[in-house]
Amino acid sequence: MARKLPAKDVVIIGLGWTGSIMAYELADAGLDVVAIERGPWRNTATDYPPNYAADELRYRIRHELFLRPEQTTFTFRNKMAESALPIRSWGSFMPPNGVGGGGVHWNAETWRFLPSDFVLKTHLTERYGADFLPDGMTIQDWGLTYDDLEPHYDRFEYLCGTSGQAGNIKGKIVDGGNPFEGPRSRPYPNPPQDQTFGPTLFAKAARELGYKPFPQPSGNMSRAYQNPLGVRLGPCTYCGFCEWFGCGNYAKATPQTTILPALLRKSNFSARDNSEVTRINVDASRKRATGVTFVDTDGNEWEQPAELVILSAFTIFNVQLLLLSGIGKPYDPVANSGVIGRNFTHQTISDVTSFFDPAKFVFNPFIASGAIGTCIDEFNGDNFDHGPHGFVGGGYMGQIQTNGRPIETTPVPPGTPRWGAKWKKAVKDNYQSAMKPGTGVHGSMYSYRDVYVDLDPTYKDRFGRPLARITMDFHDNEIKQNAFLTDKFAAIFQAMGAKQVVKEYRKAPYDVTKYQTTHLCGGAIMGSDPSTSALNRYLQSWDVPNLFVTGASAFPQNAGYNPTGTVAALAYWAADAIRDKYLKNPGQLINA
Amino acid sequence: MRKAPVIAVLIAAGASAGPGRAGPQDFSSIERGRYLANAADCGSCHTVPGSDHPFSGGRPIETPFGTLVAPNITPDRETGIGDWTDDQFDAAVRHGRARNGGRLYPAMPFPYYTRMSRKDVADIRAYLDTIEPARNAVRVNRLPFPVNIRSSMAVWDELYFKPDEYHADTSKSAEWNRGAYLVQGPGHCGACHTPKSWLGGDKTSEALRGYTLQGWTAPDITSGKGALGNWSVDDLAIYLKTGHNRNAAAAGLMSEVVSLSTSQMTDADVKAMAVYLKDVSGPAAEAAASPDKNVWAAGKAIYQDLCSSCHTSDGKGVANLFPNLSEAATVSAKDPATVLRVILQGAQSVATDREPTGPTMPAFGWQLNDAQIAAVATYVRSDFGKNAPSVSEADVRKARSKLAARTN
Amino acid sequence: MMHRRRFLISAALWFAGTTSLTRASVIQGHVPWAPYPSSAPHIERPGPWQFFTADEANAIEAIVDRIIPPDPQTPGGKDAGCAVFIDRQLKGPYGSRAGLYKLGPHTKGTKEQGPQSGQTPAELYRKGLASLDKHCTASFGGKKFAQLSPDQQDDVLGQIEGGKVKFDGVDAQGFFDALLKDVPEGFFSDPIHGGNRNMVGWSMIGFPGIRYDYRDWVHRHNERYPYPPVGITGRADWTPHPT
Repeated sequence: MARKLPAKDVVIIGLGWTGSIMAYELADAGLDVVAIERGPWRNTATDYPPNYAADELRYRIRHELFLRPEQTTFTFRNKMAESALPIRSWGSFMPPNGVGGGGVHWNAETWRFLPSDFVLKTHLTERYGADFLPDGMTIQDWGLTYDDLEPHYDRFEYLCGTSGQAGNIKGKIVDGGNPFEGPRSRPYPNPPQDQTFGPTLFAKAARELGYKPFPQPSGNMSRAYQNPLGVRLGPCTYCGFCEWFGCGNYAKATPQTTILPALLRKSNFSARDNSEVTRINVDASRKRATGVTFVDTDGNEWEQPAELVILSAFTIFNVQLLLLSGIGKPYDPVANSGVIGRNFTHQTISDVTSFFDPAKFVFNPFIASGAIGTCIDEFNGDNFDHGPHGFVGGGYMGQIQTNGRPIETTPVPPGTPRWGAKWKKAVKDNYQSAMKPGTGVHGSMYSYRDVYVDLDPTYKDRFGRPLARITMDFHDNEIKQNAFLTDKFAAIFQAMGAKQVVKEYRKAPYDVTKYQTTHLCGGAIMGSDPSTSALNRYLQSWDVPNLFVTGASAFPQNAGYNPTGTVAALAYWAADAIRDKYLKNPGQLINA
Repeated sequence: MRKAPVIAVLIAAGASAGPGRAGPQDFSSIERGRYLANAADCGSCHTVPGSDHPFSGGRPIETPFGTLVAPNITPDRETGIGDWTDDQFDAAVRHGRARNGGRLYPAMPFPYYTRMSRKDVADIRAYLDTIEPARNAVRVNRLPFPVNIRSSMAVWDELYFKPDEYHADTSKSAEWNRGAYLVQGPGHCGACHTPKSWLGGDKTSEALRGYTLQGWTAPDITSGKGALGNWSVDDLAIYLKTGHNRNAAAAGLMSEVVSLSTSQMTDADVKAMAVYLKDVSGPAAEAAASPDKNVWAAGKAIYQDLCSSCHTSDGKGVANLFPNLSEAATVSAKDPATVLRVILQGAQSVATDREPTGPTMPAFGWQLNDAQIAAVATYVRSDFGKNAPSVSEADVRKARSKLAARTN
Repeated sequence: MMHRRRFLISAALWFAGTTSLTRASVIQGHVPWAPYPSSAPHIERPGPWQFFTADEANAIEAIVDRIIPPDPQTPGGKDAGCAVFIDRQLKGPYGSRAGLYKLGPHTKGTKEQGPQSGQTPAELYRKGLASLDKHCTASFGGKKFAQLSPDQQDDVLGQIEGGKVKFDGVDAQGFFDALLKDVPEGFFSDPIHGGNRNMVGWSMIGFPGIRYDYRDWVHRHNERYPYPPVGITGRADWTPHPT
């Protein structure tokens, strides 16, 4: 029997990036806010200080900062005809856990989506005709535009001290930046990070091939920075332990280093850690959320009543919680009806490993940060004419040298034995002169009718609730896209003077054991039409107006960029809508 | 520190007004008293951290002679000071006398508060009268025999106490005088920062040159050739107001001073304190003997590997985030207690509204042994800390066991 | 008269606001902090085998020296401590698959669905090493793996890798795949985990370990970083050399 706690104005489920943003904005508006986080509190000096954070085995191989599948996991199958089986150990993505969420251990690659990404269906249909899009592709427009989001992208970038080179300021193309990006209102708050040898060579070769390379926008500070909340970050020291790891010296933009210290000074905010929300409660009409139920580490059930519920628990958990709480119509891929679970996507990643002459090239691959590197955007989105190629979508590609950690970084030329003296020698000979980007080809995955999330009929979590079931496979469109992009990418390494370039195309079927970023998107998407979306353009549930759902679960399809910048911009946009519109007149904001 | 809403002030002041007390019309006295109570940091002793009952006492105060527990100074008539007259309150604060005529121990810093005026103390009283009365009977005296005999304080008072209000130095500016008053009076900075004799009295000829208490070293804060010689007035003012500046961060006991007291003062007042303090010159620290070169070399290796990613390879750190080891006064303090404590256990610096970050030093005690900690502390103190004395392995061993016994 | 218990409760309030990795708490008003780290790593020390039996230890030490053989410049897997690493890992949460999803039913799926068997790495190694020695004694006139010549050992491993040998109750190639993962991990992980003794693996490739500040080297393009590696427990230079 759940014990009832005193009511709050707002309850926030999950204290990651969007949970922290929403908590700050709503506490700042004077509301009484509580955030409930499944995982533990984490902070720099006590949880990942520089004197033990750089432990590859512990954090990268054994995933210590991540969710334990034992606590909860998902089931997976490629096709509807198969039975889904549990993901017993993480592979193709790594769900976060704990205060700060994925924001603690991300690479800090901070991008904006293209203007065309937000009106993708309209844009591609206009340019190529409806027949150009493959059968079963279910891409949609988002219900808002890049221009709507621009001020919020800016806000997040200034919160984080994003280090980058602007390419388009108010319509004027700026040399050295990304010429394809949407117009931004002002430059980045910090200059780009310094580049090491590898990315510098890549940029030179790319330029010579006629591309316009630019430094990847980075949430790791190029210099000390104080953000608008007064919180300070230190300069990145290129330690090469970024993605998977906590940053030990306050140089990576995370909720801990940008928001939480200022948020905790607000007496109207509190957080509960190690407490898992098991259900969003709704009243008899099912049109109003009354709060949440959560379980603490003693197994006690509690009810937290609230006037406003923000679901910010990471993509699949958002979808699962909506399904388990009976909010919104579950998606049925056969009938092609319902919305909760539809348009689920990931990313289409591939890599190229290049071997250079050890007598002439020394890369020091361990001198790295999560987002240093140079990229080109010529093959992203609809930045090029897809007509001759028979696919849509694309991605950025770059020599993003995120690390040289030895367990993961033992590239050897193809044909080398996998063990023994020859292997050992090849590892030794090639470590300093091989190049394997941490992020190489970062391609989009568009949405399809048969790629979705629902509840598993067989497997349960430790509370006896059904696990979320992922049905996902690659479609020809993404495979073609990836082959095209990978070939272009490899050509740049060839031009750099590599003696051998090894391409690893992304191939179907989608393999849940092979890591491909944790950019899971969709399942509770935003849009203009309640019959094909779960949320309106303000991330407000069509069904339950006092529920807002933040995160990449809102993306109708994924683009060719890391999602965090867009996830955060949407959160600021939604927070503004709540502050300016909803609080003055609670109820459905859009009449559709 | 709670701000009593106006209406509560009226009711409380009316309800508990007793003999010779500020009437309900004296808003300005009450507000002035609140400000002075912050400046004098009454809450840091008389309020248990996190308590819902400010000034209700009960907080243990560690002294070199044993523990005292701060009494309840809410207006509760039986267990607080509700029944005290203004004269009695004034005698306690400015003369170190209890209501029954007995003597207070100088953990209550009356030798400093004596510099406040009668009106100052009356205003503080007016403010305290607005606090919610809390029932909390406190047994103050936990000192061991023989210091628990209060009458022994008669000798101490004779040696170390001179009742004396602050008198302006007419050769100095009004700002300097305001600062001097605040530092020597309610701020009672010397209570922590001035070295003490074996009887616990101030060595006034060495005012503000550093003292160790409760496991922390309050460093030398003199200028001239003293530890703050290179700090500007602004550096000092910003440090007091926000807990951080380009050189240093307030941590440990100073964290509390900043959050409860100096950050609550006006910009003009902290600047005044800084103007005064910058005018207090101290001598250069005695140059210590050069460290053993093997110890120094080991310390340098550890520093480069473990410390430089925050404090930078030249020790200068990052302004307002990682202290500049050449200019942070605790680094070069003769007593390495703070240096060792911070290395062994880590330390969280203070968060204030203007500087909310609260950068925190990680702990190294689990990772480095006594010889290694002695080496790195020696290296830092010699190279960055202006030739401050080396630290030995035995020093570290003692520090470890003292810290293990500590609860704060 | 103030009671002793209230005194202690007052003191305890000083600790309020500390959190734990495993206990639910409420965080309000300030960033929680307590002295000492929340999760300082456990440091493996040399000592007796904690998981392997004497026979298993002989076998695994021989195996790791073939996966990563010694050469004049760099020790092999055995002297680098790879067998000790695996021993400590199998004794710990990795060995028992702690933290992984273990609920049934256990049904074999496609390769893309990932491993489904309930078998733990501890079981895999026990059965794998037992089967290996059984295979060798049968094929080499009573000699166990550790007693074979290096060439013979390489042959046996090559056969297992090629799927030509069947083990009892465990997939031989699965066992070999685990070795190809675990042995290099033992060679390249921080020495606190029991392997990479004296950081020989890191020295071989020029990886500097846990060094955290490369600002002075970002611009030094095409110049080998010259400093020796350092691990979580340091390097020799951290300890003052005697005069």
